[in-house]
Amino acid sequence: MEIIVVLVILGALAFFFIGIYNRLVTLRQRVKEAWADIDVQLKRRHDLIPNLIETVKGYATHESTVFQKVTEARAAAVAAGASATPAERAQAENMLTSALRSVFAVAENYPQLQAVQEFKDLSENLTATEDKIAFARRFYNGNVRDYNTSLQTFPTNVFRRHVRIQAGGVLRVGRCDRTRGAEGEVLARH
Amino acid sequence: MATADTSAARVSIYEAASANRWRTILLVTLFTALIAVLGYFVGEYFAPGGGLAALPIAFALSIGGALTSYFAGDKLILAQSQARELGPAEEPELRNIVEALAIGLGIPPPKIFVIEDSAPNAFATGRDPQHASIAVTRGLLDKLDRTELEGVIAHELSHVGNRDIRVMVLVTVLVGTVALLADWMWRSMFWTQGGRRDRDRGGGGAILAVIALALAVLTPIIATLIQLAVSRQREYLADASGALLTRYPPGLASALRKIASDKEPLEVANKATASLYIANPLKDAPAFFDHLFDTHPPIEERIKRLEAMT
Repeated sequence: MEIIVVLVILGALAFFFIGIYNRLVTLRQRVKEAWADIDVQLKRRHDLIPNLIETVKGYATHESTVFQKVTEARAAAVAAGASATPAERAQAENMLTSALRSVFAVAENYPQLQAVQEFKDLSENLTATEDKIAFARRFYNGNVRDYNTSLQTFPTNVFRRHVRIQAGGVLRVGRCDRTRGAEGEVLARH
Repeated sequence: MATADTSAARVSIYEAASANRWRTILLVTLFTALIAVLGYFVGEYFAPGGGLAALPIAFALSIGGALTSYFAGDKLILAQSQARELGPAEEPELRNIVEALAIGLGIPPPKIFVIEDSAPNAFATGRDPQHASIAVTRGLLDKLDRTELEGVIAHELSHVGNRDIRVMVLVTVLVGTVALLADWMWRSMFWTQGGRRDRDRGGGGAILAVIALALAVLTPIIATLIQLAVSRQREYLADASGALLTRYPPGLASALRKIASDKEPLEVANKATASLYIANPLKDAPAFFDHLFDTHPPIEERIKRLEAMT
């Protein structure tokens, strides 16, 4: 009789810990997937930039320093994507963002360029991609927050050291923050 | 402060999703029971003692109805609303907004449909995030700017993420069926009154007929109340989680204001599908039943709550 009671209690405890462990693994998996989402969108942005440069170059012929900077920033961001830590990557992507901003600032001075359909399409695509990066980052940060909260609250915090699950880091990537839309409204968010 | 709010709202999204699973089960059970009772009385009415024989038919009907609405309800609703699916190159701005917000919620991008009607409105439908669709009217695309459109799409995607859509599809199709059956029963009783019933039956038959009559009258009312009970609170929640997604509550607030001030009713909407939309598309609620039968919370209240968030 007593053995049965002990067994039942041990069984319940085992299920309890398995449940917590599985929840943590699920949350960590969500963090990883969310990170992969960001990766996809950052790559998409890298892929759009050469086309943008080619299009703008055809009209803005005297702005080679700006193009140089963007090309370098892009190369650095691509390289960081292959090896660097999230923090270094965020820095490289932010450099790219500010370089892109100067390209669009330059493009403002060429009304002919503004009228080209290809440039319009590229701008809409780039805006959309940056939106997607922003939302992917938000989703990632939300997941990291959930994961960290569950790591730091009772009962997980008690035996966390024994299961070797680490907290995730929050990512900050700025956006190009250009004016957009026909009315030219600026989106002030964050 | 902001962090606390955010995590509270995130938690409430997960809670809503699991509450909706229970609601789905409850709804299908209630519906089956309702049809069974209805079937029993219909059977008793047409042939005394035939109520039990009608039960298997009633069960088959209700299970068939539930399965149909689970697997094809979204297609029925979209077809009924004359929605057309967008091709990959159409409305790139709308598609970009939908895709970006879907990433923010961590769900696959839903299919996008357009209803060619100038009244601004939108709804989401489907059985889960993997089988979801969003429909917007032409008027919504024409009258709203980008931030407002983002607010509306975020509201609709929250319904998808919360699993509201499955409950709403079941409610719409099942309640539609119940209303249809009750309507049919009511008519058949009206037309046979004074005929066979008075000749063949004594007092017991009359009592059954009264109960059947009461059921026929009450059923659509009960069904409507179920529908309303599950739909009002969720609009507030979808507003809140939509605003959390865009981080810009004024976008949705101003969209709601534009939609509310538009006086034109949406032609393709009807009483069954009205509660799917982001704002009541019928615009003709009778004053007396205003609050009992409202499919949506008052828009001023929703705007007020959105404005309180900033």
